[in-house]
Amino acid sequence: MQPNPIAKLGNTGLYILGDLGRMGLYLFRALRGVFRRPFRFMELIRQIHFIGAGSTAVIFFTALSTGMVLGLQGYYSLKKFGAEGMLGSAVSLTIIMELGPVLTALMVAGRAGSAMCAELGIMRISEQIDALECMAVDPFRYLISPKFLATLISVPLLTAIFDLVGIAGGYLVGVNFKGVNPGSFIDGMQTSITNHDIRLGFIKSVVFAMLVVWICTGRGYFVREIRGAGFGAESVSRVTTQAVVLSSISVLIFDYLLTAVLL
Amino acid sequence: MKNIAIEFRDVVKTFTSEDGRKQTVLDKVSFSIPAGKTTVIAGGSGQGKSVTLKLVLGLMRVDAGRIFVDGRDITDISGAELESLRTRFGVLFQGAALFDSMTVFDNVALPLRERTKIPEEDIRKKVMETLRQLELSGHEEKYPAQLSGGMQKRAGLARALQLDPEIMLFDEPTTGLDPIMTRDIYHLFSRTQALVGYTSVIVSHDIPKVLNLADHVIILNHGAVDVFASPEEIQWSTKENIREFVKTTMGQIYQSHLVEK
Repeated sequence: MQPNPIAKLGNTGLYILGDLGRMGLYLFRALRGVFRRPFRFMELIRQIHFIGAGSTAVIFFTALSTGMVLGLQGYYSLKKFGAEGMLGSAVSLTIIMELGPVLTALMVAGRAGSAMCAELGIMRISEQIDALECMAVDPFRYLISPKFLATLISVPLLTAIFDLVGIAGGYLVGVNFKGVNPGSFIDGMQTSITNHDIRLGFIKSVVFAMLVVWICTGRGYFVREIRGAGFGAESVSRVTTQAVVLSSISVLIFDYLLTAVLL
Repeated sequence: MKNIAIEFRDVVKTFTSEDGRKQTVLDKVSFSIPAGKTTVIAGGSGQGKSVTLKLVLGLMRVDAGRIFVDGRDITDISGAELESLRTRFGVLFQGAALFDSMTVFDNVALPLRERTKIPEEDIRKKVMETLRQLELSGHEEKYPAQLSGGMQKRAGLARALQLDPEIMLFDEPTTGLDPIMTRDIYHLFSRTQALVGYTSVIVSHDIPKVLNLADHVIILNHGAVDVFASPEEIQWSTKENIREFVKTTMGQIYQSHLVEK
């Protein structure tokens, strides 16, 4: 028998509310786990190595190409107004306030977020998380909170690397290839960037890090509860895709919201 | 020790599928599991055997009814209390649930490292001793994926025994094992129970073999339960559903003809 559309709608509404509630509690327990003892210092280092150090190369190349393209595009646009001297300011502001935090978060979601989601999903379906709970070991403190803390430490640092390399890329193209005056590039950058801009970039990177680690680990942890995910290996692959898409979209939405509120 | 280790009182558990359909797996189910004995919970697939274990462990919540562990109502306790209660359980999961990124040694040592303050040197001694007892010496540096199914179960059992559990729960312990390995695992259960003296609860559809271990048997059937004081009682049962169960799971040969009309 086909359930009627109103019942279906109600069912979907209940599912969404349930999911939000689950994810809200999950976030609370994961953050609480950061402060619970015993603290797993070596696990934190391992996670920072994986999420942070492991992502450095991909962040470096993304930043370099973004900075170089920005340098080219910026030069092309500014030249029309005879304002090539503003290139340093344009490139650095765009990277520090927008592209640095956003692209870093998207890269971390794709590289480390997907891996964290798949790891927890597999641990869930093979009952490893149940086993931890049965041994009275809090899976949040043991597994999830170190990932949270490591992401919250790594993403702002990766964003700083992104900013630096991106601006260097813009400088390389603008000054070395297009002949913009190096003095005006650096000076434009120094005069236009304020503490407020750097603070905005930092706040964004922390919020995005939280969104990525929350959504990616949460989807993996709740792999069995997610509607339409199916079972077994297929459920993990579907949920991993969903986690990356969902966290990327959330980063983009929050980017707008934070810019609108904090700018 | 009290006589009753675990008691289910009018427990109801219902699952809702994605299209909103409800399926009641346990319908006002009541039974008790005596302490220090081996109780087998049997039943066909989807009859709620694994759900029963998860309810006992607090991994799932009941929709109605009460579950008592050593007289304490676990449906109404805080997270911290549940955590402390769980230290008294040992669990062997269906797929052994070993942490696949850790060696056998680290897997077995995990509960001791996380739940006790025993120095690493003593942990090493205790773990190696358990591995020796379970014939896993020499495999401690291997990863779970490098072990056979039977060895994985033994490693899972070694891990479950580390905190000296009062109640051991086995979820389908012989799934995926060949008959000889199945027999060995059952021997191992008898031996370890004699050694440690825990209350043993085995969830299995491996009928009739698992019944050799059983002091008591609980059969789950379409949301209801039938409790038997001994495996033999099952064969003498006059209830139609039990006779059907015996016929389909154990074969005609086990069916008693004394009560045949």
